[in-house]
Amino acid sequence: MTLKEWIAEQLAVRFQPSVLSVEDESDRHIGHAGWREGGETHFRIDIVSEAFSGKSRVDRHRMVNEALAEAFSRGLHALAISARAPGE
Amino acid sequence: MTDVHTRIDNEVKSNDVVLFMKGTPQFPMCGFSGQVVQILDYLGVPYKGINVLEDQDIRQGIKDYSNWPTIPQLYVKGEFIGGCDITREMFQSGELQQLFATKGIPVRQSA
Repeated sequence: MTLKEWIAEQLAVRFQPSVLSVEDESDRHIGHAGWREGGETHFRIDIVSEAFSGKSRVDRHRMVNEALAEAFSRGLHALAISARAPGE
Repeated sequence: MTDVHTRIDNEVKSNDVVLFMKGTPQFPMCGFSGQVVQILDYLGVPYKGINVLEDQDIRQGIKDYSNWPTIPQLYVKGEFIGGCDITREMFQSGELQQLFATKGIPVRQSA
């Protein structure tokens, strides 16, 4: 399983999102800090879930970061996150 | 409190606006840090940039301090605001300008 697939699975299980996209943007950061051969270091996540209703932006990002905490120790370097509740 | 925690605490409490970043405001070393620098500069907000690449203790310590795994990190009056995405979203919606106004931090009028 690639890290991308792992991230998508974790988020799907944890948040039951109505919208979920996970993009590997690592090749846009070639040569920058954190990049490594083989990519899977920089991801962009777009997620819509009821779980974010009534939560602050910081709380939403923390929820996503916590769900993916293991990935940070596996070499994940940067996450761009858009986390919304339905209707936002 | 560990030593690095105390150092970070002092920085965010003795400066109104602090940005923990990679590189410096003049020479950001990361696109995400660079975006926040652009927003703060556009708003004309005085801030202190702290280059985490120059200090490994701070680089790890700031992640523990805020329970936030990535850099950059923006603090206003000692409060953690967010990273690049949140700062940009708040800027685009006007919430960031509102926050600075509420906290008594001058923002350029044209912004």
